[in-house]
Amino acid sequence: MRRPDWVPAGTDLDKPNAARVYDYYLGGSHNFEVDREMARKAMALWPDLPMIMRSNRAFLRRAVQFVAESGISRFLDIGSGIPTFGAVHEVARAIRPGSEVVYVDRDPVAVAHSRLLLEHDLLSHVVQADLREPEDILSRPEVRELLAPGEPVAVLLVAVLHFVTDAEDPWRSVSVLRDALPSGSALVLSHASLEGRPDQAEDHQALYRMTPTPLTMRTHDQIASLFEGFELVDPGVVYLPQWHPENPAAVGEHPERMTGMAGVGLRP
Amino acid sequence: MSAEPAEAEAARFRDDWAGLLAAGHGAAVHPGILHRLVARTAGLLHRARREDPFEVHFAEQAGALLVDAHFTDPAVLARAIALLHRQPDGNGRGPAVCGAFAAGWAAALRERTLREQEAIRTAADSARKEAEKALRASEARFRALFESAAIGIGIGDTEGNILAVNKALQEIFGAGPEDLQGHKVNELVHPEDTPGVWEAYEDLVSGKREYLQFDKPYYRRDGEVVWTQLTVSLIRDDDGAPQYQVAMLEDITDRYRLQERLRHQATHDSLTGLPNRAAFFERLEKIFEEPEPGARFGLCYVDLDGFKVVNDSLGHETGDQLLTAVADRLKAALTPLGHLVARLGGDEFVVLLENCRGEQEAVAAAKTVLNALDGPVHIGDHRLAVGASVGVLERRVATTTPGAAVRAADLTLYRAKEAGRGRWTLFDPKETARAVSRYAVSVRMPAALDRGEFFIDYQPLHALADGSLAAVEALVRWRHPQLGVLGPDEFVATAEETGLIMPLGRWVLEQACGQAADWERRFGAAAPQMNVNLAVRQARNAGLVGDVGRILQTTGLNPSRLQLEITESTVVGPEDEALKTLHKLVDMGVSLAIDDFGTGWSNLAYLRDLPVSGLKIAGSFVGDLHDPRKDEPTGWRIVSGLVSLAHTLGLTVTAEGVETRGDADRLRAIGCDWAQGWHFGRPVRPAEIARRIAEGGPPR
Repeated sequence: MRRPDWVPAGTDLDKPNAARVYDYYLGGSHNFEVDREMARKAMALWPDLPMIMRSNRAFLRRAVQFVAESGISRFLDIGSGIPTFGAVHEVARAIRPGSEVVYVDRDPVAVAHSRLLLEHDLLSHVVQADLREPEDILSRPEVRELLAPGEPVAVLLVAVLHFVTDAEDPWRSVSVLRDALPSGSALVLSHASLEGRPDQAEDHQALYRMTPTPLTMRTHDQIASLFEGFELVDPGVVYLPQWHPENPAAVGEHPERMTGMAGVGLRP
Repeated sequence: MSAEPAEAEAARFRDDWAGLLAAGHGAAVHPGILHRLVARTAGLLHRARREDPFEVHFAEQAGALLVDAHFTDPAVLARAIALLHRQPDGNGRGPAVCGAFAAGWAAALRERTLREQEAIRTAADSARKEAEKALRASEARFRALFESAAIGIGIGDTEGNILAVNKALQEIFGAGPEDLQGHKVNELVHPEDTPGVWEAYEDLVSGKREYLQFDKPYYRRDGEVVWTQLTVSLIRDDDGAPQYQVAMLEDITDRYRLQERLRHQATHDSLTGLPNRAAFFERLEKIFEEPEPGARFGLCYVDLDGFKVVNDSLGHETGDQLLTAVADRLKAALTPLGHLVARLGGDEFVVLLENCRGEQEAVAAAKTVLNALDGPVHIGDHRLAVGASVGVLERRVATTTPGAAVRAADLTLYRAKEAGRGRWTLFDPKETARAVSRYAVSVRMPAALDRGEFFIDYQPLHALADGSLAAVEALVRWRHPQLGVLGPDEFVATAEETGLIMPLGRWVLEQACGQAADWERRFGAAAPQMNVNLAVRQARNAGLVGDVGRILQTTGLNPSRLQLEITESTVVGPEDEALKTLHKLVDMGVSLAIDDFGTGWSNLAYLRDLPVSGLKIAGSFVGDLHDPRKDEPTGWRIVSGLVSLAHTLGLTVTAEGVETRGDADRLRAIGCDWAQGWHFGRPVRPAEIARRIAEGGPPR
């Protein structure tokens, strides 16, 4: 049983929000001045950021294509934010029409936006919940329905686990979700890494500490350990552009500049 | 510059166009979709540049399609214009195509931006409304909880202003909200408030504590008192500063009243309303718990004269009314003096004087009792003359026990009755001992030994130099079926008179030596010396030496572990037969000590001829040091003199009756060897002594 929230979460529009900042990096206008201010500061320090975000978005697309092509038509996108373009249901349905997606985000504005967008989509649902309470996510009717038939489900944790601090134990969240997944399910994961641009990491984390969603960048090994209980699809955990590029040129000369690491794992 | 064929030119433009779009944002787009977008936009641009008639909107459409596919980065526009500009311009349309393309892109971006801004605002609005709805629902839940709670709830600020009260709280106070809201918490003070409750409250509102819980009385609006279990919690703001206090009150008046009634019933006499026997003993025992050195107390044991006659001739009802009248008079006369009046039962009353200043005060209380009962009592048509007899006892707390004191006061009362009614009599230890023997002791004592009514407690003697346990004194007790536990001073004299001291003395020796031997086996050198009192009659008995020898043999006790305590009157002269007995005992290896030295007519001249190795200074010497009527420096000079006298004779000196650390320290400074008294421990069961030996160190 979920107890009622005694004091409901407010919508604090005075503070930058990770989902809307991300939208701005991607050239969208689903954002407010506070978000743009924060994004401009970050870009001044690190001009590659929009490129990194695009690279992450490209990974999401390729990974969804990959799991859809391998037969999965059920998706649980946690930390979905504002699906500006190339949303999971669009990419997946290009390959497997009728794919079902449950979008989960804890930001009430992102959730409201997604609901407006998906109002008439009967196969997509939006849930307001927090990755740090995975049991709560699994208890929601929409999620239970997605898991009920026992068919493989792809869980997407794309650019979201770095908003969970070590103290909040992202490993636990992943393992709770993993244990609820049927065999053949997939974990699609990308994460800000410390190795790509160690010179930028501290400043960038400092900037996010001023937001309601501080950033914890992690090492390759820490990110790989999030896949415990999954079998990593080749080539394992790599820089964003290195994961299943559509042509060798797309990797670019400096994939580490993209700093994010990504991988896909399958549940045996 | 050679003009290439139109188709080759179109193909080259398409390749360049595809390369341009594939960079940047194009990576995030599915290759198939990107391919279609490239074909479509390149086609439109080609038609704009080449087809006749010139349709500028093809270029506009191409720009708009890019924005629709999320190519919103201005860098894309710049690169696209540059590419278009580089194309051969055979028909002069070049600038117009570039302009139309840019206009189409910009117009679409403007539309898209406005649409997205609208969407995100709508989303934010909708999220805010959801949040407000949830907040209202939450508020409604809280409001319902607050209003309908069975427990009284009040909310106040940290200045103590009452801001809100719920219905249950209003009911507890029998008040409306206006009687509470806007008032101050500290108006709710009550004289029976638990000490510390307001200090705790101040700590709470100043943020020094988070929570408090007390049983607290309040005045209701109608003046009645309501008892509550009060819990107050502190609510802090986001920065941790105290902001509100929330009080929760549960009405426990019924429970409280029941408790009070039960307690009153348990401690009060239902007829007269005076404290009862249990309450009296509770108070008396409290006096003995941790007395100040030299603290005194007094008892007036009151019994009405001729009450039985009233009861028998006029009936119980009249008797009860008489008792009530007597109780009222005693209470009125003695309570103002600070004394406790209790009814012990029947027509027996007792007056307890705490912190008594001396015999005179106790006697004055007894006279007050008699005066109070002087006039006749009117009951119905009867004028009843009430008389009473009073037994008065006034003692230092340290010299007796509650049971012994009440027994002694009771016996003193009987002496008053015997001496003629309507008078008071002061306690006299000798008279009391005589009375004990007369009433209850002598008759029963012979059988008591056979019935196992005697037992032995042991009182520790400590070496002053290092605080170690040096010896214990065996003290015989009699668990008398009617009188309770009696001490040696209450029956030994009778035992001597009746001759029972012989078998009793032997029994005590056997028990004490057996116990000492047991400790010696268990603790070796740490076991204390055993001191046993020897009555005069025992010392004069020729069989004593044989008895002691046999007992040492059967118990296996090392004779040097046994010390016999004799009094000064045991030996009355150099020719005394008892002297021979004592020498024989010393020859066996047993040591002797003079007990209670200083209380008899000590003949110092032959003290040097006695075969003793120890001397115990009577407790009265140390006790007198705290007597306000006696000069303390003189007292210390006497004690000091006794110690040096004993040391001159080569004797080990023990001070008896040591009750304070201060006395112990001073005695050590004087050079006194050992000490005994409440400071070092009362007489206790052997198991307790064993525990102390095992612990090894001094008692405190």
